[in-house]
Amino acid sequence: MARIVAGIACSHVPAIGVAIDKGTTETDYWRPLFAGYEPAREWLAKLAPDVAIIVYNDHASALSLEIIPTFLIGVAAEFPIADEGFGPRPVPAVRGHPDLAWHLAESLILDEFDMTIANEMPVDHGLTVPLSVTCGRPAIWPFPVIPVCVNVVQYPPPTGVRCFKLGQAIARAVERFDQDLRVVIYGTGGMSHQLQGERAGLINRRFDTAFLDGLTRDPVALTKIPHTEYMREAGSEGVELVMWHVMRGALRTQVTEVYRHYHVPASNTAAALMILENEGSS
Amino acid sequence: MSDAKDYDDIPGTYVYDSRRGREGYALNMFCMSLNKAENRALFKADPGAYLDRYKLTLEQRRAVLERDWLGMLKVGGNIYYTIKIAFCDGLTFQDVAGMMSGVSKETYVNMMLAGGRSVEGNRYKPIPPGEEP
Repeated sequence: MARIVAGIACSHVPAIGVAIDKGTTETDYWRPLFAGYEPAREWLAKLAPDVAIIVYNDHASALSLEIIPTFLIGVAAEFPIADEGFGPRPVPAVRGHPDLAWHLAESLILDEFDMTIANEMPVDHGLTVPLSVTCGRPAIWPFPVIPVCVNVVQYPPPTGVRCFKLGQAIARAVERFDQDLRVVIYGTGGMSHQLQGERAGLINRRFDTAFLDGLTRDPVALTKIPHTEYMREAGSEGVELVMWHVMRGALRTQVTEVYRHYHVPASNTAAALMILENEGSS
Repeated sequence: MSDAKDYDDIPGTYVYDSRRGREGYALNMFCMSLNKAENRALFKADPGAYLDRYKLTLEQRRAVLERDWLGMLKVGGNIYYTIKIAFCDGLTFQDVAGMMSGVSKETYVNMMLAGGRSVEGNRYKPIPPGEEP
């Protein structure tokens, strides 16, 4: 039986990827952020999961306004790196896990989550930056990945409650898979940030701290935050935090927060990395 | 723009909802085309001719050609799309964010280093004089 052993919440700022790719992570600007990633890398290397489910949003890379799936799952054996407008990141292509991904797609749809299925899809910084943050710069990624995309570009994104329930359904489906796999799930995006308009650069440390606290202790209450509150309090792009609810929903009620890192700024964004373990399951 | 939304009173924010989605589709799909290196080269070589391929309004066309980043948002641009024009120009998200908020690059960078733009005083648009409750 497969099982989810831990969840990782991780911001996916493109500039973090650029810093890694250009080797500028030791500059005065970036060092404090990247120093905080080291313990997470050590933890993940020690955990050595068999597969990762990465919940993220595509940023006009694989998906345009032409067709806008609210929830999508990638079932390919390999996902190439997207050109987002400045050439693809120089990182390895991402290996998929078609067996588990197809099992999830079928299970989720029959469990009333109407997933879009992607057989071919390039992946952008939304997925590759959290991989780089937690795995460094390996020649090949240490585990296969199942991409799960959530629309947060065209308003409205799915609600926090719906995202949490999707996470619960993912956990149920994983537990019904007949191979003995240890799975981690990433929720990416956030935290507070606004990339657009005269209010660009908005950061709300108080909101972010309360969100991180709530994610561990009282995640169900956190799912009730309406979209307008995210946009008002955490910036228009802060609404990406709904994706963290998918990750949290896939974990047990009782989790242990084993690591937290929070830093301002990463370009325009408050960047966080938090690790939650399902108690007694790693 | 008949149906008011509860987020319309957030200042300096252009939520990409159905209203903007309908207005900005062609503009954003032009931006999407810049994901391909060959299209970036064509756009850089002759911006006007390249834009002729897309059914932009005159104002959308002007905003793109003049790199009016805020103006693009006001005519249906979505930041995840319009930023691709900036990437074409060698600009970063932070450069464009500074320009949209009307300050110099240095001022914007320093604001972020100091913890970012505070939410205090930035939650609601100011109420116009004479309309106070």
